[in-house]
Amino acid sequence: MIDVKHLYKSFGSLEVLKDVSLHVNKGEVVAIIGPSGSGKSTLLRSINLLETPTGGEIFVDGKSITAKDTSITALRQNVGMVFQHFNLFAHMTVLKNMIYAPVKTKRLTKAQAAEKAMQLLERVGLADKANVYPVTLSGGQKQRVAIARALAMDPQVILFDEPTSALDPEMVTEVLDVIKELAKTGITMLLVTHEMGFAREVADRIVFMDNGQILEDTAPEEFFAAPKTERAREFLKKML
Amino acid sequence: MNLDFNIIPQYASYLVSATGITIKVTLLALFFGFLLAIPLAFMKLSRFRVLRIITSFYTAVFRGVPLLVQLMLVYFGVPQLTGGNLTPLQASTIALSLNSAAYLSETLRGGIMAVDYGQREAALALGVSSPWVMIDIVMPQALKSVLPGLVNEMINLLKNTSLVSCISMVDLLRAAQLIISRSYRAFEPLLTVAIIYFILVEILDLVSRRLERWVNKSDRR
Repeated sequence: MIDVKHLYKSFGSLEVLKDVSLHVNKGEVVAIIGPSGSGKSTLLRSINLLETPTGGEIFVDGKSITAKDTSITALRQNVGMVFQHFNLFAHMTVLKNMIYAPVKTKRLTKAQAAEKAMQLLERVGLADKANVYPVTLSGGQKQRVAIARALAMDPQVILFDEPTSALDPEMVTEVLDVIKELAKTGITMLLVTHEMGFAREVADRIVFMDNGQILEDTAPEEFFAAPKTERAREFLKKML
Repeated sequence: MNLDFNIIPQYASYLVSATGITIKVTLLALFFGFLLAIPLAFMKLSRFRVLRIITSFYTAVFRGVPLLVQLMLVYFGVPQLTGGNLTPLQASTIALSLNSAAYLSETLRGGIMAVDYGQREAALALGVSSPWVMIDIVMPQALKSVLPGLVNEMINLLKNTSLVSCISMVDLLRAAQLIISRSYRAFEPLLTVAIIYFILVEILDLVSRRLERWVNKSDRR
């Protein structure tokens, strides 16, 4: 489904990703963990071209995303993203947030999009909030709407960029529960997170990054029981 | 005290049509000024240095030269170069539009910059193309945040239209001057047009406050 090959990314003279390669199969849930500044988010953001790679290639569904004839908008319609700071459109109601992109990109008619939006809101437990503005929602509710909004596009892949890092502790669970449910549906997921317990429970694979490189890529049981690298051991000691 | 407002009513139709002219010039300049300000604001935010230099030069010129001089340059100066003639209304509209565009574009630029970058990214990540992201996501929020500033510019523009009386437009101020020359009385006609200007500004202010309340409905908890 996703094939990252020898990816490099620099911001000016700062090299953030150094020769990163990663393969994700269809339906897999991959958690990317590591200390801050290790390049996790940049890797994730490269997959839907919110960052432009400096070198290397990324294939989504067999197509090179940086090729000249690849439509960036078509790629993004297929690769959903959930942000740390939710980024709900502040001037639109919850329902408008949900139907805006499907209608604008002509995936669905307005009526279809609204119907689908209501189903998704039902699924994340927020159907009663359809007509309010984001400002009235709690952080956890905002993030659940943001997840539903990404799903409204029917993406094949969904990228989570630290989805619970900006939340008050008591709201983390409600968001993680939604993501857990989603993981069971067979959608391909990449998840940058600091929630170790959650990563262990929900992920098929753990990718550990440090200093712009992937140091480990193993099954969760293996990673948390016996990390192979010294860096991962240090990191886990601090996190657990 | 030597005051006699009874001389005013006989010039009422005069004042009404002059008020119309003042409003017309304001609206025309506002419309074209705003139309021009939008591309200027985007040029100011452009990646290309040349565009940024051109627009900052534009703003510097129209801010740095008195509006009355700009008006006269357009009305008296341009026809000398082109050979053709501009009507006072055309000249006023051109000069005031160009001038207000300089100020409005600066306000708009600030508004666009103030919109959280995450809003743009979220829309892009959903596969919406960047022109639509600008139109549907960034601009509405930018306009909302600069609404008070825009109203200020509108009020300035309305008051600045009094300068067009110098290029033989019969606006409110010119009407007052004509009444003075016929009635040999200055205070009453001048005070009358002062009050009319004041009322127009107050109406504008009232409308904008209504508008502000309406656009801020998404901020109410």
